[in-house]
Amino acid sequence: MLRKKAMPDAPKDYRYLESHEWHKREADGTITLGITQIAADELTDITYVALPKVGDTVTANQRWGDIESVKATSDLYTGVSGTIAAVNNELTKNPGLVNSDPYNAGWMIKIKPSNAGEFDKLLSMDDYRKKTGH
Amino acid sequence: MLKHTPFHDFHVQQGAKLVDFAGWEMPLLYRSILDEHEQTRKSGSIFDVSHMGRLHFSGKDAVTFLNKVLTRNISEQKAGQSRYSLVCNESGGVMDDVIISRDVKNWILVCNASNREKLVKHFTKVRHDLDLDFDMSDQTEGTAMVALQGPKVIERVAGVLPVDIKALKRYQFESGSYMGMLKFTIFRSGYTGEDGVEVIIPAKIAGMAIKLIAGKTDKPDATIKPAGLGARDTLRLEAGMPLYGHELTQTIDPLSAGLGWAVDLNKDFIGVEPLRKIQADGPKRRLVGLELEGQRIARQGTPVLLNGQPIGEVTSGTMSPTLQKSIAMAYVDAAHATEGTTLAADLKGTQVPAKVVKLPFYKRAQ
Repeated sequence: MLRKKAMPDAPKDYRYLESHEWHKREADGTITLGITQIAADELTDITYVALPKVGDTVTANQRWGDIESVKATSDLYTGVSGTIAAVNNELTKNPGLVNSDPYNAGWMIKIKPSNAGEFDKLLSMDDYRKKTGH
Repeated sequence: MLKHTPFHDFHVQQGAKLVDFAGWEMPLLYRSILDEHEQTRKSGSIFDVSHMGRLHFSGKDAVTFLNKVLTRNISEQKAGQSRYSLVCNESGGVMDDVIISRDVKNWILVCNASNREKLVKHFTKVRHDLDLDFDMSDQTEGTAMVALQGPKVIERVAGVLPVDIKALKRYQFESGSYMGMLKFTIFRSGYTGEDGVEVIIPAKIAGMAIKLIAGKTDKPDATIKPAGLGARDTLRLEAGMPLYGHELTQTIDPLSAGLGWAVDLNKDFIGVEPLRKIQADGPKRRLVGLELEGQRIARQGTPVLLNGQPIGEVTSGTMSPTLQKSIAMAYVDAAHATEGTTLAADLKGTQVPAKVVKLPFYKRAQ
């Protein structure tokens, strides 16, 4: 029952933004995006994720949506530009998935990248931890 | 340097996420705000409220003094009774909301942590200006205080402490001791909308007392589990209770806040003149409950609109865990404060319908 996740295990092969979004490159080249355990813990219980529509375009380092918790509202950013290929509609019914399983069931959007090179320039897990002090 | 309550070690052991609250390092949550909220509504929770101020008053002019600074008339208050009251400034604005209790030998005033220093200064000045003769002692750091709240709390505590808790009515209290050493004062009160008690104990025995009173709080099926400030806030909001800094401030009067029942305009106290005028004219704005459509939360400062025009402002909002609705409290123009009126919350440019509803949002089954 203890919440002692001293080092939430952020996946090694994912890439990160300092604003706590993770990016995973899928086999077909699309980028899946969500937020880290550190961010989910910081926000506390998530009550709402404002998702874009499939087909919308997003731009690297720009806001694409926001997330609300019992405690606060935060903007959501992306590290890669492109077109929204899919959104996780499960989060509409069950936003708590972002707290309970942020790296899998709690994913938010899939982006068809317009510039494949952007992903590789994002932070590694180690750099993300260093930058955010976790 | 943040102050620690006597339960700090307990919080750390229980894996609490700690935050700065009015200069104290306090648990925001232990497990999750929602889990702790539900545990309180269904069974019981223990909250460390040791950061709240505890001031004692005694001596010849204590009653005269308290009647001068409190909105409530305490002349008739008997030993063993507690009363919710406001402390107002000269303009009738709220300096703090407090619980005043009359013990056999002295008066105990429990105030908000964030207002303690301000109140001590204010009280000292009033004592000087009016040349009153009484003692005021700040017992906050020599004592600890916990709130045990939830439907199963009374049964649990009744089986442990040598006090007839079931016979205590709401806003009554009693002092006692356990095995002749654990001195405590127990109040039938709280800030969650549930039945429960608040207990003051000496700081030195806090660790032992918490185990004795709450039992094994770390078992998954424990009757009473620890809960933090996060759940305390969502619980009090559902219960329609004001929070200082949100619903109450130095520029908000208690009548607009719907707290007229705690204000005796027939006696003389600091702030009474402007309050009599507000009472005669009727408050220009009123505190109301709002239920928003959808899942977005209206937070403090969110404008409230009618036909696109601002007519008020949100003071607190959350997604109600019990009702599963977006709820808020707001001050709105008195003309539009009627239940059933549909207003709108301006969420960063998006207007979300918000209906005026009766407070509290949540009332426990009796």
